[in-house]
Amino acid sequence: MKVDVAIVGGGPAGLGAAMALRKAGIERVVVIEREPEAGGVPRHCGHPAFGMREFGRLMSGPSYARALVRRAVQAGVEILTRHSVVALQPEGRLMVANPAGSLEIVARRVVLATGAREMSRAARLVGGDRPLGVMNTGALQAYIYLQGLAPFRRPVIVGTELVSLSSIWTCMAHGIRPQAIVTGGDQAVARWPLGFFPHLLGIPVHYRAQVQAIGGVGRVESVAVVREGRGAVEIACDGVLLTGQFIPESSLARLSHIVVDRASGGPAVDQVHRCSDPVYFATGNLLRGIETAGWCHREGLALGKRVAEDLARDRPKGAQVSVSVSAPFKFSVPQRLAADVASAPDLQLRLTEPVSGTLVVESGGRALYRRPLRSRPERRILVPIQHLAGAREPITIRIE
Amino acid sequence: MPELAVKSNCYDVAIVGGGVVGCAVARRLTLDGARVVLIEKGADILSGASKANSALLHTGFDAPAGSLELQCMQAGYAEYLAIRAELNLPLLETGGMVIAWNEEQLSKLDGILAQAHGNGVGDAVLVDGAAVAAREPHLAPSLGAVLVPGEHVIDPWSAPLAYLTQAVVNGAEFLRSTEVIGGRFADDEWALDTSSGPLRARFVVNCAGLFGDRLEASLLGDAHFSIKPRKGQFLVFDKMAAKLMRTIILPVPTERTKGVVLARTAFGNVLVGPTAEEQDDRVHARTDEATLEILHDAAVAMIPELADVPVNAIYAGLRPASEQKHYRIRREDGRQFLTLGGIRSTGLTAALGLAQFAAGELRAMGLEISALAEPVVKPMPNISEMAPRDWQAENHGTIICHCELVTEREIAATFDTAVPPGDLGGLKRRTRACMGRCQGFYCSANVARLSEGRLDPPMAAAS
Repeated sequence: MKVDVAIVGGGPAGLGAAMALRKAGIERVVVIEREPEAGGVPRHCGHPAFGMREFGRLMSGPSYARALVRRAVQAGVEILTRHSVVALQPEGRLMVANPAGSLEIVARRVVLATGAREMSRAARLVGGDRPLGVMNTGALQAYIYLQGLAPFRRPVIVGTELVSLSSIWTCMAHGIRPQAIVTGGDQAVARWPLGFFPHLLGIPVHYRAQVQAIGGVGRVESVAVVREGRGAVEIACDGVLLTGQFIPESSLARLSHIVVDRASGGPAVDQVHRCSDPVYFATGNLLRGIETAGWCHREGLALGKRVAEDLARDRPKGAQVSVSVSAPFKFSVPQRLAADVASAPDLQLRLTEPVSGTLVVESGGRALYRRPLRSRPERRILVPIQHLAGAREPITIRIE
Repeated sequence: MPELAVKSNCYDVAIVGGGVVGCAVARRLTLDGARVVLIEKGADILSGASKANSALLHTGFDAPAGSLELQCMQAGYAEYLAIRAELNLPLLETGGMVIAWNEEQLSKLDGILAQAHGNGVGDAVLVDGAAVAAREPHLAPSLGAVLVPGEHVIDPWSAPLAYLTQAVVNGAEFLRSTEVIGGRFADDEWALDTSSGPLRARFVVNCAGLFGDRLEASLLGDAHFSIKPRKGQFLVFDKMAAKLMRTIILPVPTERTKGVVLARTAFGNVLVGPTAEEQDDRVHARTDEATLEILHDAAVAMIPELADVPVNAIYAGLRPASEQKHYRIRREDGRQFLTLGGIRSTGLTAALGLAQFAAGELRAMGLEISALAEPVVKPMPNISEMAPRDWQAENHGTIICHCELVTEREIAATFDTAVPPGDLGGLKRRTRACMGRCQGFYCSANVARLSEGRLDPPMAAAS
């Protein structure tokens, strides 16, 4: 199958890119989605706070996902569901498995929009037994909203990101009583209302604490939690919900010729979000963990426009400069700047620890941009891209 | 096709323990014509020591010369190669290298080579650091190695499942979730009390692994050995690691342990482990973060590029070590009882050889059987990366597990086999579902739906 643009992943970002491409007059735009329905993660977020900007009203995740899919189909986007991309190859060749067998899709440009997922228990190296009942929020919500199943009744929740709040909401609405919330920080990561919300529900919160071991032979029976300066405590429970710590779902890129950035975990991109192979672009939470569905959708829309322009142009030439961060910055997106690209989205940064100081962007010993910064991990930090234009030497970003 | 077994009044042989050894013994004795029952305490086979190992098929190059262990490893190795094609079991012909990272280890390579040759592994050779680097370009610099071309990687779960499946389709009985509580030997037969009720058998073969000494004590009144569980933790890297190595990387062993191995898996991953930690607990095999970090660092020290590869899985297993290094065999002719105990690290390789050995011992003890003329052969579905998977077939339908590319019909089909999964671990081992990089983030809810009413404990209840 030959197409103009193939989009891998039918979540808010991928659908956004596809719509924008069609609106720009690109003929054959195909979204490749491995699930039975497009829509991405919002499909199993059965609670409100979606859609205000895009549709002018508050929607649940599933209705937001359906509305995005409708809008994409109306725009003339072709959506192939139950199609799994299994390999990315040079020159826009995608190896795809579908229920009937397999096929090759060749695209003039490819947009990767495979999203992000929460880090697994194994990747976090959380020790102990390996009983049933340890999972991430994404899995819990799929159990509850897609299958009508409950994997546990009395879990311990690990993490205090925005998604942790979402997981508490999901639990409380379905008769599941969290036994405790465990977080490494000295306050909640999410801004509001987690700081007091669990207390109102009578759920104990253990700050500066860590799950040391999960116990249980068949099912989870307990977790051992170590608390800084306050010793260990064992909490009886029948599940462990590991929330947050999103990482880009970049395995297709990692298994391919495309360069992946160690810091962000997503493909290394330039300021227009072009990958190391110029036929490939990346957008949405594949770029970094993690932004809201609405942000990802707008990111996709903006990328779609740029890819449409790119189809009409020669590939960018000229030098590129690298962008690197030093601690406590975790990553920068993009990781490099192409010299001959004019308009582009802001540069995005994330922290590994709370910071109060001055953000400094330098190149060749010259400060390009400075501003006071007081922020915390998982918060959005942006640097307007125009301040970086014209840099000829590698760009470094640090806190002063 | 022979008749399937009906619950027999008296079996020829009751095998206690559905680990790799028990499964292999069940196959051997069934094919040899015995009426066999395999009794397993867990909800599925491989519930104890056999579920967690390094998945290697060893040549026996470093086994004690003249030992039963060496004999069984080499017989097991040969039989695995002979039957794997008809059972559709994978073989990753990687070779292995015992690497010397320092001068002290280098000085031991000659001895290792001599032992390999003495054990009949004639193709083992000494190679220098440059040759190691040429063979494994991503490996950190080393001083040299003993290259053992015959060391291979297999699927440690499909193999025992295939053995028991052969037994069951040829008439053996598999009793799961059944614990042997006690028993008496009288009038040429054993009366066993089990948690599923009484049963009778002329011979008992003790393959109870981590509980082998306790079973012996319970049935014979005394145990000739005592199990000292030795925990091994492992860490599995994601599939992009597989392009970084080919050959199994073995350390120069110490007195106590074979040490930490770095190896590819049949599923396209790379694993590192095991540790060797003594403990009394026979049930809990717990991982801990500090040790896993040490393992991770050890792997990265060997292949620096592993630092960029995500960790997919962590696990720990218990080896049924005893107070002595060698296999613990006890033959009680008068009471028609045989223990195959203390099978530590080499059980996966030696199982088929141990089964041959056990069949010989039982015959010598008076078991009169004659081999099945035309046994049914039931090949395993392929879940390894060595042959086309179901998702590559025409009309394979919906893919459920995206990381490991497991189809819905593969999951449905495994419940319809001679030895269906009894718990989630068993389902994962049979299909690879939930075994990939996301560890069930995307697919576990679907797997819970597909497995409703079939697993103990269940994955979920109605919400």
